[in-house]
Amino acid sequence: MDLVATVVDGILLGGLYALFASGLSLIFGVMRLVNIAHGDLIVLSAFIALVVTDHFGVHPLVSLVLVVPFMALLGYGLQRGIFNRALDSDILRPVLVSFGVSVFLQNALLQTFSADSRRLQAGNLETLHLDLPGGMAVGVLPCLMFMVALVVIGGLQLLLYHTELGRAFRSVSDDQQTAQLMGINNAHLFGLAMALSLAIVSVAGVFLGIRTNFDPSIGPTRMIFACEAIIIGGLGDLWGTLLGGVILGIAQTLGAWINPGYQILAGHFVFLAILTLRPQGIFAKIR
Amino acid sequence: MESNGPLLEARALTAFYGDFQALFDIDFRIERNETVAIIGSNGAGKSTLLKSITGLVRAKAEAISFDGQAIGGNPPYRIVGQGISMVPEGRRLFPSLSVEENLSIGAYSKRQGPWNLEAVYAVFPMLKEKRSVPATALSGGQQQMVAIGRALMANPRLLLCDEISLGLAPVIIKEIYAQLEGISANGTTLVIVEQDIKRAMAVSDRVYCIREGRVVLEGRPRDLGREEMTKAYFGM
Repeated sequence: MDLVATVVDGILLGGLYALFASGLSLIFGVMRLVNIAHGDLIVLSAFIALVVTDHFGVHPLVSLVLVVPFMALLGYGLQRGIFNRALDSDILRPVLVSFGVSVFLQNALLQTFSADSRRLQAGNLETLHLDLPGGMAVGVLPCLMFMVALVVIGGLQLLLYHTELGRAFRSVSDDQQTAQLMGINNAHLFGLAMALSLAIVSVAGVFLGIRTNFDPSIGPTRMIFACEAIIIGGLGDLWGTLLGGVILGIAQTLGAWINPGYQILAGHFVFLAILTLRPQGIFAKIR
Repeated sequence: MESNGPLLEARALTAFYGDFQALFDIDFRIERNETVAIIGSNGAGKSTLLKSITGLVRAKAEAISFDGQAIGGNPPYRIVGQGISMVPEGRRLFPSLSVEENLSIGAYSKRQGPWNLEAVYAVFPMLKEKRSVPATALSGGQQQMVAIGRALMANPRLLLCDEISLGLAPVIIKEIYAQLEGISANGTTLVIVEQDIKRAMAVSDRVYCIREGRVVLEGRPRDLGREEMTKAYFGM
């Protein structure tokens, strides 16, 4: 029974990892940019949520009303002001620029908030449980994270395949030059993609901050989890990313169940195993 | 508000790829409702000329004017909205979009006019049956029809077609050119880039021959002899 509960925990944790990953996946899909700063942006949004909750005395989930638009605007500005200038040359330059943004963010957060561990106080949401038949209990928070991940990925899927904006995203992803001939302003569209990515990031950041302690240095590890979820699922497939997150989550909780020290290691091990056995990922779609 | 001058005019147009100069002082003019063919061998600068007009290759502001307005140096996405569409060489359909999505994205600039999905399907009925198929799963001729339809969806006043007969069977080429004639008859000005001199002279009101980035011959097909064209084409 304990094992089943561990697996269920892992599945639900996968929802959080899918939230980490879907914004990263969107950016890579639309503009072929591997945003190294993605993890630090998750941590940044957790800190911004911390400031908002402290200042207004609201619940962390309510703080999203401010954090989401703030991060979206920041994303648009970041893209048009910095990343767009580095794109359309070779693939290395944008990666280096995003690495620079990552270093800057970590140090700016360290300077502003110190290296202390923080947490978003979510009241009884942290401890609420649903009792399942068979004497099992699952936390309301993990369930909520998983449901939000489903909604975000479902929403992204709808946007990409059933709206004009989504069609524009996919055409730019296919062929940037020809997309311009359709009347698409690539620089603006990339800005919108980054805004959307950081809107998702801010939801992920708030859940991260409720679930665990955070400090300015934990960004890169979240970025690696996100990358692993994307690659396990197969590049370019959002539901695959959710599955990748779930597999990573199960691997980590099972690792921790065997020995608490094995949590992260087990996740990386499963990732490496899948990379060896099926390097294109489970739902490979990339051309 | 339409001026009375030519629809499009290029004056002393130059174009560069880095240090390499691809066009040298091109003077080029397209009258309203005329069909102009540009011929020339590979690398002569035909595609570069079209790319300069659409903004994909940068031009000086005063070098190109469209309906009396300077459009040189405008970004491509704005030029589409001003009424110039291009069918790019090699079709360049979006592989992850269906036929209908490829057509719809052509209307992204929201220019008003007679063209919409129904109108395109009326001209190319076989596309309607294949509307939900990925565009790159079609035959070459059908892909070319999608590319033309996609450009029409922007309701252009000037349609630039870059080597649309390349790699297609003669019977398909004939059909596509027949449709283009109809499109031209409805008031769209056409520029056609062709390597096939005979076809270019048959469909156009006026011909420009480009060699090594310069206009070497210009005139009406009936005034120019085949021999003169061939000489200009090969630089003999």
